[in-house]
Amino acid sequence: MTTTLMSYDDAIAAFDPAMGLEVHVELNTATKMFCGCPTEFGAEPNTQTCPTCLGLPGSLPVVNRKAVESAIRIGLALNCEIAAWCRFARKNYFYPDMPKNFQTSQYDEPIAFDGFLDVEVEGETFRVEIERAHMEEDTGKSLHVGGSTGRIQGADYSLVDYNRAGIPLIEIVTRPITGMGAKAPAVARAYVATLRDLLLGLGVSDVRMEQGSMRCDVNLSLAPSGSDKLGTRTETKNVNSLRSVERAARYEVSRQATLLSAGESILQETRHWHEDTGVTTSGREKSDADDYRYFPEPDLVPMAPPTEWVEELRAALPEPLRVQRARLQAVWGFTDLEMRDVVASDAVGLIEQTVTAGSSAQAARKWWVSELTRRANEDGIELAELPITPQQVARIQALVDEGSINDKLARQVFDGVLAGEGEPDGVVAARGLAVVSDDAALGEAVDRAIAANPDVAEKIRDGKVAAAGALIGAVMAQMRGQADAGRVRELILEKLAP
Amino acid sequence: MTLLKKSAAEFAAMLAAGDVTSVELTQACLDRIAAVDGAVHSFLYVDAEGALAQAAASDARRAAGTPASELDGVPIAVKDVLATQGLPTTCGSKILEGWIPPYDATVVARLKAAGLPILGKTNMDEFAMGSSTEHSAYGPTHNPWDLDRIPGGSGGGSAAAVAAFEAPLAIGTDTGGSIRQPGAVTGTVGLKPTYGGISRYGLVAMANSLDQVGPVTRTVLDSALLHEVIGGHDPLDSTSIDQPLPALVAAARDGASGDLSGLRVGVIAELRGEGYQAGVQQRFDEAVALLVGAGAEVVEVSCPSFAHALAAYYLIMPSEASSNLARFDAMRYGLRVVPDGDPSAEDVMRATRDAGFGDEVKRRIILGTYALSSGYYDAYYGQAQKVRTLISQDFAAAFDLADVLVSPTAPTTAFRIGEKLDDPLAMYLNDVATIPANLAGIPGISIPAGLAPEDGLPVGFQVLAPALADDRLYRVGAALEALLEKQWGAPLLSQAPELTPAVEPVETSGGAA
Repeated sequence: MTTTLMSYDDAIAAFDPAMGLEVHVELNTATKMFCGCPTEFGAEPNTQTCPTCLGLPGSLPVVNRKAVESAIRIGLALNCEIAAWCRFARKNYFYPDMPKNFQTSQYDEPIAFDGFLDVEVEGETFRVEIERAHMEEDTGKSLHVGGSTGRIQGADYSLVDYNRAGIPLIEIVTRPITGMGAKAPAVARAYVATLRDLLLGLGVSDVRMEQGSMRCDVNLSLAPSGSDKLGTRTETKNVNSLRSVERAARYEVSRQATLLSAGESILQETRHWHEDTGVTTSGREKSDADDYRYFPEPDLVPMAPPTEWVEELRAALPEPLRVQRARLQAVWGFTDLEMRDVVASDAVGLIEQTVTAGSSAQAARKWWVSELTRRANEDGIELAELPITPQQVARIQALVDEGSINDKLARQVFDGVLAGEGEPDGVVAARGLAVVSDDAALGEAVDRAIAANPDVAEKIRDGKVAAAGALIGAVMAQMRGQADAGRVRELILEKLAP
Repeated sequence: MTLLKKSAAEFAAMLAAGDVTSVELTQACLDRIAAVDGAVHSFLYVDAEGALAQAAASDARRAAGTPASELDGVPIAVKDVLATQGLPTTCGSKILEGWIPPYDATVVARLKAAGLPILGKTNMDEFAMGSSTEHSAYGPTHNPWDLDRIPGGSGGGSAAAVAAFEAPLAIGTDTGGSIRQPGAVTGTVGLKPTYGGISRYGLVAMANSLDQVGPVTRTVLDSALLHEVIGGHDPLDSTSIDQPLPALVAAARDGASGDLSGLRVGVIAELRGEGYQAGVQQRFDEAVALLVGAGAEVVEVSCPSFAHALAAYYLIMPSEASSNLARFDAMRYGLRVVPDGDPSAEDVMRATRDAGFGDEVKRRIILGTYALSSGYYDAYYGQAQKVRTLISQDFAAAFDLADVLVSPTAPTTAFRIGEKLDDPLAMYLNDVATIPANLAGIPGISIPAGLAPEDGLPVGFQVLAPALADDRLYRVGAALEALLEKQWGAPLLSQAPELTPAVEPVETSGGAA
């Protein structure tokens, strides 16, 4: 499609987006959903398999109790009802990375349903209704070799790794979210970020989007502004970062608006998000004729989690996110606006860790929210993906506090750490960034500055101490910023004392 | 040959007394297989070397005074639908030709742990779909009573192996009668346990909610002995019952006294009359009379929903099967057919499944896929599940009136090979009396009731008990067996024709014959 896309603002002026989000979360249980194989990420392909997760003829599944427990805890944290009785079902379709050619999942009897999650965007709270959270098993992972797209079509051959097959997944499905207007992409991002933080707090998953332990599908449709009818939706897959969630939603709004404005209709289909080019492309056409022939899994017996167990798990839930954030805001002494920026930058956890590593909260906020967020945006990556740790940020601030460097030099230390030059102290040494507080060297520079700016010097002699700033600037310029500004000021005032 | 006609219990006693070694016994079975299996074709694979090694190990245990079980050293044949580590497992299908499982089914592991040498894998209808073993991709098994006739199915290989004295014991599986109906038409004993009574782990599923493993033997006591070896809870099978088995061997020994005083026997009105061969009905009625003579009280019970059992079965079974068989797609194991040109993975799957599955399997996959389809599910699969509930309710009501229920096992004696091959519905009707027990999950046994006067072929007598009361089947079965054998003067199988050894002995090791 070569048509120019309608701008986002024009699209939003004419249409209201409705959105549904499906998030798959890999649980961090020690063993798989239906067998005893380990779940560790990154092992040699096909070494963490057994007859059951390979779907060998005759093998049978046994439900992982820990996975059920995690599912219930997630359901509770999302304010869901927990089913008194539920079952697994088979979702039948053929794909080479699915060992049985059916996925053992839950269909019309999910373990958790009817919940909600509140998310905040620019001070506005959106209540995202949760339709269901259900358990299922992951598939294997295909690597398509050859061909141009990296997809199965056109590949020379494909390799399949079944280590992932059978890893427990929770699929969390929202009801259609409406009334977001232009904020739809931001709501999508905030929802996924909030969900991720909630899951981290529960300790049920690594929620590493880049490793695929959290994956998001964005369903989006447009309706003409003011209409309360839902339009035809597309389902965008392969959206594997918070940033992509927002960008993909934004792109689909523009794309669909362009088509609808031209009098064309939206094809109900699966689309693939391309991180590099920032567009979605048509995948397999999806229609209601897609028939998975669900039926109750006959190899498993129904589950009826006892009420006492559910209540025990409810009582042991960690503090809700909103409570946790209010607590941190109070402890850190941030204003509402500051805290909002922290949340928007997805920096709550990073700041927490930086403070734990010894930094003041305000300093940690300053570096993460202004300095590092800007750099992450420039690089088009998530804040947490920057190659710097909270411990390193805390160390850089400590160097500032010690007076070894100043804020300006600190930015150069960030450059060095982010460029892979090592730990902050090493960068300071290697780049020769330590401030000069040697009086002899500073004295000479101050003398030169006074000589070059006789009128300024005269003002200071007359008692206009504020004019010292101009001389300090001149000294700094001579010393390429590496002067101890406080000492320079003292020296200037000593030399020009009336 | 006289040696081989003994029961497994007798072998166990001889082994314990040192009158025979397991190696001698196993070799005798292998010799018998070599002599007659060319004609009978019970086996798809014979593991002579492995069986003899296991037999030698058993003899060593016996010599050391540490037998692993009462049946330690008694050889056994295993239906080819159970995974056997290191031995081919084909399920009678081309699509699994050459597949060697890397693991043992729980039942197989328990056989090994109990010291029973495994002679080999027995023939069956492809993926256990059939009532005649004619649907095996490797050719039919022949009924030792008349080689032109079917041995029943799907477990015709296991039943024929036992009936032809190739093995004293065998393992079968029963989804709609695949242990009991072959038992009936070969004059042997076949038992389907309560659903969940014997592990399904390693049983290649046809219909998971109906499948059960069970013993195939020549006597009721042998069945109980084997049942106690393979039965009981298995944590690898979520549908396995987590409680101890009832005392089965004790029930069989107790029943052999022939006293059934106080037992209430219910004759199922719906499983007699029209469609039942006269000689089958006659032997059944005579057996019921014997039970009365032994002190049982006989009542007639009615199970009206049985009229819909076959229809419900032929929706539930293919539905589950269509999903179970989806994994046979050439991607990981078994047959792979690569069409010409530049085929996609889907093309390979399609070509492999087309070439690898037989007609009956395809028929059931299509039927099941249709029944589960969106828009049809409620009308077919959903309705069938309701019928299933009604059948369970019929059984529950009947068991209020009777301790056990009885019927002929199959409506006819063994039919001729080829006779019903082109008429699936006629074939399906063979299981009309056995299917209700699978739908309700209750146990059932078939024991020989004599020969039908009109054709001289074996007739089976079926006894059904409530779930978990498998011991009642052994008590009643052993009593009836004792009473009948007293009349006959010898086990029914002694009336079977001698099989003439094949001109050329068959290969006793190597690939599927």
